[in-house]
Amino acid sequence: MWQALYDELKDKGFMVVAVAEESRGADHARPWIEQAKSSYWQLIDTDHRLSDLYNLVNVPQAVWIDEEGRIVRPPETAGSTDHFRRMDLTTRTMSPEDQAARLRAREDYLNAVRAWVTTGRHALPADAARAGLPKVTKEIAEAHARFRLGVWLRAHGDAVEGDRQMNTASALHPDSWSMWRQAADLDEVGKASGPNFWKRVQALGDRPYYPPPKL
Amino acid sequence: MTVILAPTGEHKVSVQDGLWMSAADAAKVTGWTLKPEGMCLAERCVPLPTAAVKGDRVDVAAFWTKLGGPVVAAENGEVWALGAPADERNTALEGLEAPDFTLPDVDGTPRTLSQLRGKKVFLATWASW
Repeated sequence: MWQALYDELKDKGFMVVAVAEESRGADHARPWIEQAKSSYWQLIDTDHRLSDLYNLVNVPQAVWIDEEGRIVRPPETAGSTDHFRRMDLTTRTMSPEDQAARLRAREDYLNAVRAWVTTGRHALPADAARAGLPKVTKEIAEAHARFRLGVWLRAHGDAVEGDRQMNTASALHPDSWSMWRQAADLDEVGKASGPNFWKRVQALGDRPYYPPPKL
Repeated sequence: MTVILAPTGEHKVSVQDGLWMSAADAAKVTGWTLKPEGMCLAERCVPLPTAAVKGDRVDVAAFWTKLGGPVVAAENGEVWALGAPADERNTALEGLEAPDFTLPDVDGTPRTLSQLRGKKVFLATWASW
């Protein structure tokens, strides 16, 4: 997904780290990774540890980190948009206007990454980067512990209790699409984008599924 | 043996009555060491309620709750998870130093974020679902 960007910028001190939030493990993610033929890091995160450490709620989200290891942009949607919410569900297609707007938004985002790498533009000063960080609450902290427990139980053959822990996690952290969708996917591949997913998306009303980055 | 999923990793330890365990196991699971002042990590010590220590045994659930971290268990009590306290996560993120992690690549080779110091890193998530 990021290979062209990486090829273009790799000689300018740039690296891409793509992390698969994938509780089914490496073998499940492998076909996508092999298809991508990527030369940047492709890592497997069965416990969604990155989401816990960085307080992430969906994929794709990205964090920009500078040469000193400092966060210069907080977690943001990485190039995806909400146009999919208007697609025709029977044909699974978007209007040509929406398709064009979606590609434009993605290109704008990639251009922002290019500008950052080449000129430093879009790197936020510390106070602005800090202001963009979502707060970890007690409920979110508990949700991550229950999610990890649920993944472990599922991987060790206790689907019923694993599912129960993951549902509790999702109820504690309703903003996390990753928790809800991963639990649905572990139950059955495809369920993460099934009718219940669309119901949850509709229930967002005016709220975004992919909040646009504030570039 | 009981499985405990902690920030330090996955551990198998012998416990009684919840998460009462030896001080040695408590150190392995939590990274904190039992001392007369309480549970200590480097220079920092957190005093324990008297009801949470008996000789060289510690109630890790009580200690972890005092730290502000979530303590959760499977219904059968055989698997537990100790999560990072919300305050610890917020303090780390607000410091803006990117939290370090080590994760395997698709062939199992471990990769650590901090190995990339000196480069601009675009850290992005994806999933098949």
